[in-house]
Amino acid sequence: MTEPLLKVRGLTKHFAVRQGAAGGKALVRAVDGVDLDVHPGETLGLVGESGCGKTTTGRMLVRLLDPTSGSIEFEGRDITRLGRSAMRPLRQDLQIIFQDPYSSLNPRHTVGKIVAMPLEVNGIKPPGGIKTRVQELLELVGLNPEHYNRFPHEFSGGQRQRIGIARALALRPKLIVADEPVSALDVSIQAQVVNLLRDLQRELDLAFVFIAHDLAVVRHFSRRVAVMYLGKVVEVGDRADIYERPRHPYTKALLSAVPDVAAFGEPRQRIRLTGDVPTPLNPPSGCRFRTRCWKAQDICATEEPALITRDGSAQAVACHFPEPAGPEAAVLVPAQATAHVSEVTE
Amino acid sequence: MTHDAADPPYLQVDDLRVRFSTADGEVRAVDGVSFGLGRGRTLGIVGESGSGKSVTSLAVMGLHDPTRTTITGAITLGGRQLVGMPDDQMQKLRGRDVAMIFQDPLSALHPFYTVGRQLVEAYRTHHPGESKAQARKRAVDMLGRVGIPQPDRRFSQYPHEFSGGMRQRVMIAMSLMNDPALLIADEPTTALDVTVQAQILDLLADLQREFHSAVILITHDLGVVSQVADEVLVMYGGRAVEHGTVAQVMRGPQHPYTWGLLASIPSLHGDPDVDLKPIKGNPPSLINVPAGCAFHPRCAYAMKPEPCAADVPQLLPVLADGHRVACHLPEDRRTSIYTEEIAHVGVAQ
Amino acid sequence: MSMLQIETDPAGMDPTAVPVAPERGMVGRSPGRLAWERLRRNRTAMVSGWIMLFLVVLGVSAPLVELLYGIGPYEQFQDRIANNSLPLGYLGGISGDHWFGLEPKLGRDIFIRLVYGLRTSLLIATSAAVITTAIGIVLGIVAGYLGGWIDAVISWVIDFALALPFLIFALAVMPTVTARFYGPRDEIDVPFRIAVMILLFAMFGWTGTARLVRGQVISLREREFVEAARASGAGLGHILFRQLLPNLWAPILVTFSLAVPGYITGEAALSFLGIGIVEPTPDFGVMISNSLDYMDGDPMYLIIPGFVIFLLVLTFNLFGDGLRDALDPKSSR
Repeated sequence: MTEPLLKVRGLTKHFAVRQGAAGGKALVRAVDGVDLDVHPGETLGLVGESGCGKTTTGRMLVRLLDPTSGSIEFEGRDITRLGRSAMRPLRQDLQIIFQDPYSSLNPRHTVGKIVAMPLEVNGIKPPGGIKTRVQELLELVGLNPEHYNRFPHEFSGGQRQRIGIARALALRPKLIVADEPVSALDVSIQAQVVNLLRDLQRELDLAFVFIAHDLAVVRHFSRRVAVMYLGKVVEVGDRADIYERPRHPYTKALLSAVPDVAAFGEPRQRIRLTGDVPTPLNPPSGCRFRTRCWKAQDICATEEPALITRDGSAQAVACHFPEPAGPEAAVLVPAQATAHVSEVTE
Repeated sequence: MTHDAADPPYLQVDDLRVRFSTADGEVRAVDGVSFGLGRGRTLGIVGESGSGKSVTSLAVMGLHDPTRTTITGAITLGGRQLVGMPDDQMQKLRGRDVAMIFQDPLSALHPFYTVGRQLVEAYRTHHPGESKAQARKRAVDMLGRVGIPQPDRRFSQYPHEFSGGMRQRVMIAMSLMNDPALLIADEPTTALDVTVQAQILDLLADLQREFHSAVILITHDLGVVSQVADEVLVMYGGRAVEHGTVAQVMRGPQHPYTWGLLASIPSLHGDPDVDLKPIKGNPPSLINVPAGCAFHPRCAYAMKPEPCAADVPQLLPVLADGHRVACHLPEDRRTSIYTEEIAHVGVAQ
Repeated sequence: MSMLQIETDPAGMDPTAVPVAPERGMVGRSPGRLAWERLRRNRTAMVSGWIMLFLVVLGVSAPLVELLYGIGPYEQFQDRIANNSLPLGYLGGISGDHWFGLEPKLGRDIFIRLVYGLRTSLLIATSAAVITTAIGIVLGIVAGYLGGWIDAVISWVIDFALALPFLIFALAVMPTVTARFYGPRDEIDVPFRIAVMILLFAMFGWTGTARLVRGQVISLREREFVEAARASGAGLGHILFRQLLPNLWAPILVTFSLAVPGYITGEAALSFLGIGIVEPTPDFGVMISNSLDYMDGDPMYLIIPGFVIFLLVLTFNLFGDGLRDALDPKSSR
């Protein structure tokens, strides 16, 4: 296998917050020891529910946030502690697309100015001039290059997201962190943007870290998928393994909770987790999922499971009692889970 | 209380039109929508932003600002006409006969009052004769019914002390305090995580069975609808384009917009490397809805200019019982397009 | 009232939230242009704007007005003053020669003195507003964007300045400062008095703008377009002045246009109390102060300058409100 483009080890971010009237400091363990590899031209999907730390991880990857500990290597070079000027050449390889098509574009700038910003900031004078390059970029993302002088408020959500994509492409990056790039868009527009990103990936040989809460969108876009829960990666593997043979109980529950149109009318197994995600201020001891897990035993509260591969599969899972590997795994019903699992027909 | 087929359904909406006047022109938010809904049934209203789905439900709740809004048509709720009803009478209905659950429970709950106090007030507004103790008992009972652990203790807590999912449960408890015959849920799970969304949808289904209310579920997510609704109304550009049972709409959709929606949704099944089939273009502005069928500029099968770009198609019954569609394409042509071009790429099969 | 009353947010039903995909020419309408179009539709703001502009032009071109009117601000018309020192004629001596009548006792022309008073007042108010806004922008941006101890220091200074009672401070400072530069018998120059007044306003007035800008910057700095600039390697200067500042002009313009009338009344108040502009320089505050002695015999002497200052402040305020509505249509209604 080739050397990874981006190699993340033990990435951790703790935020200090004031708590209570006494003003005591508490730690939010937003991201707690995350390992990830992204290879050139590949997409790694990062899924999880709110508070799982996926967005914080994405912000750290492009150095918008400084990690508390851990390391980020890009093309074999440690960039974890690089200062702004040393980071600058790398910024061109490492870009980000944001979720909110409204707050991600400066309302007082024209589209031309927005897309040209990365070039301007880095003092890049493309051959043929900035305007030509910006118009090429607009065309690349499916916008009318004549709209160069318009303002963001004159565009729809989907078009604004395309402008944000054009801006991220301006420096010809090798890796783009896409943070929920379609979740704020209408259904019919989501598909347009997902297809655009796929086309761009093929055309420009881009690597993506695709962050989303929507498992179906991630499945369409990612070759490999990491599932996060409360600041930790609980399972990582190839798309087919994660979606068809999930081994972590959380992954399983997450997949079964998705209301999928394609599953309409099919009898299927539903796992209903109880309660909400606990707060990262005071995560459960041992395995963080144990408070909602139907398989939890005493060891889960005392010992934290490591993210390891086993039984010869490439799929790494952090669980003391993983689901068995193999093609028959998906149809197995956990024996002690009768209270949580029901067979239903819709 | 089961309704006879001959009786009009509990909620009957006929040719509802809602217009706002704005500085930029008149917004035709809802443009001639009709449907009926019986008690014990769930209607899913599906559409994208600006389709008019929320405005329709707000009209049923009588929550539009009368100075800026013109509402015509008829909304009959249990025999009473809601359009043009004086506000003081509407207020008596609201919360008692019709209740609403919103997308964001945090902004819908008052931050300065305990959850219990808000529940009690919701009850006592419509039951002024009941004692505080009785109201309290009912509130605690209701909190327990919606799955809030230790309802006695949670009664005296403030909204910020609840998590997102629990807050939505509080909202549901509040909406059920007066046993409403009609419950409108506007994107009730959009702000929630998938695992919590599944809990809330289950809860809504259980409660509906228990209370036998009519439920309108407004959502942009066809997946949610396919899971909990009995009937589906698909809206586009302020008009209803397709209406039928959930099986009819999921298995044999008849409108090109519904096809487009189904084909553009990524799924957990099927080949993930096949490109999604998006609908081209953008949803229309409600100030300037395209002439004829509002969908025709984005429709791959439109017959232009006549009739698709000229006449507004009526929502007419197709062969299957109760299934209605607003499309100029002949039915056999729609069926052949669907079976030949859509069904195999679409996710519905 | 039902609980549902509380739940419904009329803004959530804003029909303008409907996505509008305009198909216009290739050059976009900038947010500023849109604001201007909204402002033009606001009749109150437009009428106030025109009156305001008229008063400003009148004040600025005071010497020209003197030339056309033919009477200077210090000219005395003792022949039109009766023995009881009130002006002859009706309504304080209003006539074709003296449009707003004459001052009692000295017999100076009220109209031309008002025009010159307008000039002094506007000079002090706009200079104070410009200085306070500039200080406020710089300190507000720095405090808001950098945060940390810099923000803590600046916020402390703001709180300190807000805690000082302006009037008492002014009453104490004016004589002290003048005594520092002038002897007890010296005539104090008018420009010096004006400068001290502007300085006084500047010391107290910047806090409002600084607070506002700081708050705006704090909400803007987390916006994703700022993160996008940082992710591209943008430096502090680019972020503060290229990304943030263009988004601050609207609130700054509004506070500026609302600060001016505040300083106009402030200046009049100080002069009324005798610590601002003094005789014989024409000024609203001085005029109103003098007029109190003749309230029974010559009420027009109070009413006319009172009405002009009222009109000035009102039109500035109404225009400022209109400006705010136009620049930020969501804040009102």
